[in-house]
Parts: sequence; C-alpha cells; structure tokens
Amino acid sequence: MRHARRHALGLLLPSLGLLLVLFYLPQLLMLAVSLGRRTAYGGVERSYSLANYLRALEPLYLAILWRSVVLAAVTTLVCLLVAYPVAYWLARRAPARYRSALLALVILPFWTSFLVRMYAWIVLLRSEGIVNLTLGALGLPPLELLYNDFAVLLGQLYGELPFMIVPLYVSLEKLDPSLLEAAADLGADARRRFASVVLPQTLPGIAAGCVLVFIPSLGCYLAPDLLGGGKTAYVGNLIQAQFAVARDMPFGAALSFVLSLVVAALLLLFRRPLAKAQAL
Amino acid sequence: MKGALGIRGVTKRYGDTVAVRDVSLDVEPGQFLTLLGPSGCGKTTLLRLVAGFEAPDAGQVSLSGRDVTALPAHKRPVNTVFQQYALFPHRTVFGNVAFGLEVRGTPRPEIARRVEATLELVRLAGLGARRVDEISGGQKQRVALARALVLEPELLLLDEPMAALDPKLRQGMQVELKNLQERVGITFVFVTHDQDEALVMADRIAVMNQGRIEQIGGPEELYERPRTRFAADFLGVANLFEARVESATDAVARVRTESGLAFDAQQDGGYRKGARVWLGLRSERISLVERSGNAFEGTIDDEIFLGDWTDWRVRVGAAVLSVGEGNVLARARRRGDRVTLSFPPDAVLRLEDGEPGA
Repeated sequence: MRHARRHALGLLLPSLGLLLVLFYLPQLLMLAVSLGRRTAYGGVERSYSLANYLRALEPLYLAILWRSVVLAAVTTLVCLLVAYPVAYWLARRAPARYRSALLALVILPFWTSFLVRMYAWIVLLRSEGIVNLTLGALGLPPLELLYNDFAVLLGQLYGELPFMIVPLYVSLEKLDPSLLEAAADLGADARRRFASVVLPQTLPGIAAGCVLVFIPSLGCYLAPDLLGGGKTAYVGNLIQAQFAVARDMPFGAALSFVLSLVVAALLLLFRRPLAKAQAL
Repeated sequence: MKGALGIRGVTKRYGDTVAVRDVSLDVEPGQFLTLLGPSGCGKTTLLRLVAGFEAPDAGQVSLSGRDVTALPAHKRPVNTVFQQYALFPHRTVFGNVAFGLEVRGTPRPEIARRVEATLELVRLAGLGARRVDEISGGQKQRVALARALVLEPELLLLDEPMAALDPKLRQGMQVELKNLQERVGITFVFVTHDQDEALVMADRIAVMNQGRIEQIGGPEELYERPRTRFAADFLGVANLFEARVESATDAVARVRTESGLAFDAQQDGGYRKGARVWLGLRSERISLVERSGNAFEGTIDDEIFLGDWTDWRVRVGAAVLSVGEGNVLARARRRGDRVTLSFPPDAVLRLEDGEPGA
C-alpha cells in the first residue's frame, strides 16, 4: 500500500513540478501583485488592500465581464450546433478509411499560429477583402464585415471549433451502434433515437467540448483586438491592456483573479450535471 | 395467422459475398424455430432481415400475412433480444423495459404496471431501480428479454442470447426460455451455433450453411436423420465416410468405404449399385458389447474421456472410428485393447454431399 502510494507520487512528480513552477508560483505572485498598488512609473508597490478588486467590481468592468460571458456562451452554443453534425458525420457516416484523414483536416489549422490565422480573416473580411471583392464582381453591394461583433464571433467560432469537434467525435465514435438498433427495434424513429439514445450517450463529449470552448473564450483577446478592431472591450483585452498599455499590473492581476473566480463559480454551478455526464 | 413468419426467396449480398441466398422459410404462429449453423452461415443476417435492420436484395418477408419487406425496423411488430443485450446504459432496469412503451406513448400508470408484470415474468421483480451495469450477465439477459416481451410482439427474435453466459447458467436459461415461450405463446426465432441448445429448445430447427437452409425439421428428426453431410457433421455425427455401393437390393445395400470397410446399410431407396455416397454413423450407435449386423475387429487407438462417457478411437484396418460408450462399461478398457465393434444396418445414414453454392 505504502509502496503503491510512493509509486503514484513518482509518476505524478514531473507534472506536479511543472504545475508548481509554472502555475502555482506565478499565481501566488499574481495574487501578491493584485493586492499591491501601482506606482507612477508602472511598478508595483507592496501593500495589502482589496482596492483593485473593488475597482474590478465597478459597473463599467462588470458590464465588460458580462459581455465576455455572453460572447463565450454564444461561441460555445454555436460551436456545439455547428460541430455536432460534423462530428456525427465524421464518426458514424464518413467512410472508415478516410476517417483519420478527415479528422486530421479538422486539426490542421493548429499547424499555423492563431495570430496568423486571425490576420488571414482580416484579408478575407476587410472592405476591399476577398469576400467583398467577390460580392462587387457579382454586382452586389459590399458588406461591413470587419471590426464589429460579428467578426469577433466569427473569429472565435473559427478558432474554437476543433476543440468542440474532437471530444464530440470521440464520444460519438464510442457510441455502440447496437443501442441504436435496439431503440429502432423498440419502435423509436430517427428523431426519437437521437433524443433518447444518441444525446444522452454523448453528454460526456458535449460537456467536455463546452468546457474546452467556454473557458478559453471567456479570456480571449486576440479576436476582439484584431477582428473587432479593439472597438468593443472584452475582459481579455481589458486585462491585456492593464499589463501592456495602462501599465497597471495590480489592477490587471485583480481582474485576472476575478475572471478565474467566475470560471470556477461556473464550473461549480455545472459540477453536478458535468459529473453526471462523466459517469455515463 | 397472427405471429406467422413467411420468408420468400430472400437474398442478401455484401459486395461480392452472398450472406443469404434464396432462402424460403415458414414459421407457424407460436412456434419456436431455431436457426442453427456455424458463424458466417448467414443465420444472423437472416434474423436482421426479419427485424428490418437490413433490406434484402431480393425476396419478400411477411408477418402475420402482411408484407413487411419495405417496412423500417421501428415500424415492424417484431422485437429482438441482442447478442450483447444492447441495454441502454443511461437507463435503469425499469427504464430499459419501459423504453418501447414510452415511445408508443403509453400512459405512465399502464407503463409501470406492464413493466412490473414483465419483470416478474422474467423473475426480476424488485430489481427495477438498479442500474444495468450493476446486475449480472444472466440478469442483463432477462432485462433484454423483458424489454422485448413487454411490447407483446407478434414475433420475437433472439440473436445468440446465451453466448455470453457461462455453461451452467446457460442450461438453466434454455429450459426457462422454452417454458416462457410456451407460456406467452409468441413465435420465437432463435439463432445459435450450439447444436445442444437447438435440440433442447426448438420445435423446429433450420440448419444453415453458406447462406442456405440445408435441412429443416424437428429436433428428433434432425438428430436421427440428418440429410446432408454438413448437417450430419454439424449435429455431431462423428463418423463420416465416402463410400461406393457394391450391391443393392430392396432391403439392404452393401457399401465399401474409401478406407476399406465393407458393411451393410439399410436400403432407403437412395442406394444404387456403383454409386458414390457419403455415409454417417453416430458414435453411440456403435457397440463394443453387443453383436448386431456389421461387426469388425479393431484396436483401441486413443481415448477421449468426457466425464459420463468415453469416446474411443478404434482402428479397423486403415479406418479409425469414433465409438461412444458410457463409463460404466468403458472403465474396463484401455488403450491397445482388442475389441469387436458392431452396428446395425439401420444405424448407417446416407448423406447428400450438397455443397451449396458450389
């Protein structure tokens, strides 16, 4: 027993070490900074006040936080709706011999930096971009595609979609086809089979995909910055701006913690359904 | 007519392989029919064609006198017990059995009543609240059975439902299932590769080979008079010979096997002088004690101890025969003993060498 425990510790040691050095220590540092005060030249003066947190809860910043939650929720929902049929087709309809190649295509965008891919969207969407040039050639009026919330959402969807498709694919692929036959045998038509068998059986994949998309979406700042033109502030941009532009590290750190707390609270709120989904 | 199954000239191909070829079969209402054959013989495909999971390339399936060939699985009054049970893991025992009734929109109180009654029928009363991963293999099988029976189908299909059970449990379930079938009076079509299982349960057995039905008949008829070499082999006829008919009268035929044994066979109208035939001889029809009809001197070459009886391998010239003997008698013998074996002419089975599809 003791031996087994020592063994487990040995196996966990590398990742624990990495977490400690690269996550927990920086978090502690951030916590210390978030309690401090900004100096005139952008430094940090040590103190123990909650002033930064109180400021983070001012209506202006709460509104930004809320907007971010909405963006993340919409991104997650649309991702789910778009990814589910794709994953279903990949896992259950696509010819088996092309399946891994097709799945590789889903992950292929990761070969290019996210930043570069965001610039690519600018090339596509800007007023004299490819989409508008095509529309012009067809004699249609140009569309205002870039530097608005639509562009931000599009960029987010595009970036997060693979994170939704892959877990859904895994759970759909595991789904035992004989369960569907059993349901049909018992009189369930296609719609009923989907609602009563496919959906409950793939809940773990849905839960995993939603968590994987929602959390990074909440703190996103590249898409709002590049595709939104920085016109609308989301909490990711706000935090980034505190560090890079406003040079108010303590406030940026406090905002980061508030964001982490929001994520933690949401995970806690959905813990029951998530755990239930994982148990299946 | 309710519960009658008719299969007319049904063929099913997968690419170049023909899984079911031109099969016709009738099952009477309330009958227990077993499809018996080795894996790959097409028995499961035939079952899936009846269930509606596959569409035939040719032919027609009818149920209670109605053509259901074009009907999808969920519209057929047929239910299936699957080989691995295919229970819904996200539902309880009750939830699994209730599924079909829920789909039909049966009122809740009636669902509860019928599910409870069916669970009782399969001796699972009181287990409704269990998760299906908390119950044993035998119980899972009963849930699968209850889930299908609760809908009172016109026809119940069972795809090797005993395959995952251990042998002892299997024997008990065979008897129980047979009794249950007689009680509910539903037509059963049961697929298995186990000849003992088929003999215990079925009213009729259809022996399948290479996508065709080789022989169909009652268990005793099939056991006593297998008609083809394949059916005989599959039903456990241990001694098979290729032979030539040396002479034939109206009463008896004299045959000589490739291995040089010459003996008499009872004329069944099929022996003609000079013809090549396949012959079968059950090992338990050969005696080492009595003298009847055909007798040969031989040596015990090998023994296979099978508990309550022993399978002796007796060498007679170039031939080796399998002789079964109950262990009360067999205890006195050992390898190398000289023995006299004998069998009556009516123990010799004339078999067709029908290699179907060839």
